[in-house]
Amino acid sequence: MSVGKLASGLAVSRPAVSQHLKVLKDAGLVVDREEGTRRIYSIDPRGIAAMRTYLDRFWDRSLAAFKAAAEEENDK
Amino acid sequence: MTAIEPVRKEVTIAASADHAFRVFTEGVDRWWPRQHHIGKSPMARAVIEPRLGGRWYAISEDGSECDTGKVLAWDPPRRLILAWQITADWQYDPNFLTEVEVTFTAVGPKETVVVLEHRDLERFGERAMELRNGIDAEGGWGLILQSYIDEAEGRPSAVQHTA
Repeated sequence: MSVGKLASGLAVSRPAVSQHLKVLKDAGLVVDREEGTRRIYSIDPRGIAAMRTYLDRFWDRSLAAFKAAAEEENDK
Repeated sequence: MTAIEPVRKEVTIAASADHAFRVFTEGVDRWWPRQHHIGKSPMARAVIEPRLGGRWYAISEDGSECDTGKVLAWDPPRRLILAWQITADWQYDPNFLTEVEVTFTAVGPKETVVVLEHRDLERFGERAMELRNGIDAEGGWGLILQSYIDEAEGRPSAVQHTA
């Protein structure tokens, strides 16, 4: 989606949209490419994959702690 | 956008399904990791209210409460669905929803297979594309995201997870 199209759907100026997109790009959530004079942004699957990796590790830790709590001898 | 593979985990618990379900829900404070907390002061207690629509939240040492989500399905001791409503920028948003489904299958009187699935993860990306007023280009959002990308890729994170 181009910056212009993004901005047209939002109550935000084009320069603000560009600035926000740079934040998302720096954070690895969007990627961009040039199409003639336009810059096209799309979701970066690697950014979402990083979130997924975080949750994967979070649930590993949490379920290990849950297992330990559920198996405590004095409380079954 | 294309779907992202859900996170799926399975663990076998040496206890009854009833006990496992209760420890997971009413006993959440016994296992919820303390360092995963978005409040301003350290976490004192995690809570899942044990009913359909029950709140899922944490109480900080200063008494303030931070919502994580709520109970979407309540079927003890077999099944639970929780709404995880914390976005990628560590904000609780009642309009944001990813689902955590947990099933408890008894394979013996004191043996239960617990399967957890955290799904709808593509919504983190969709949410990222909704540009909100107040995103701070200098810090805040971008730094927070970078910190967990660093963690996911095994680099030490220079950023604290505080709200």
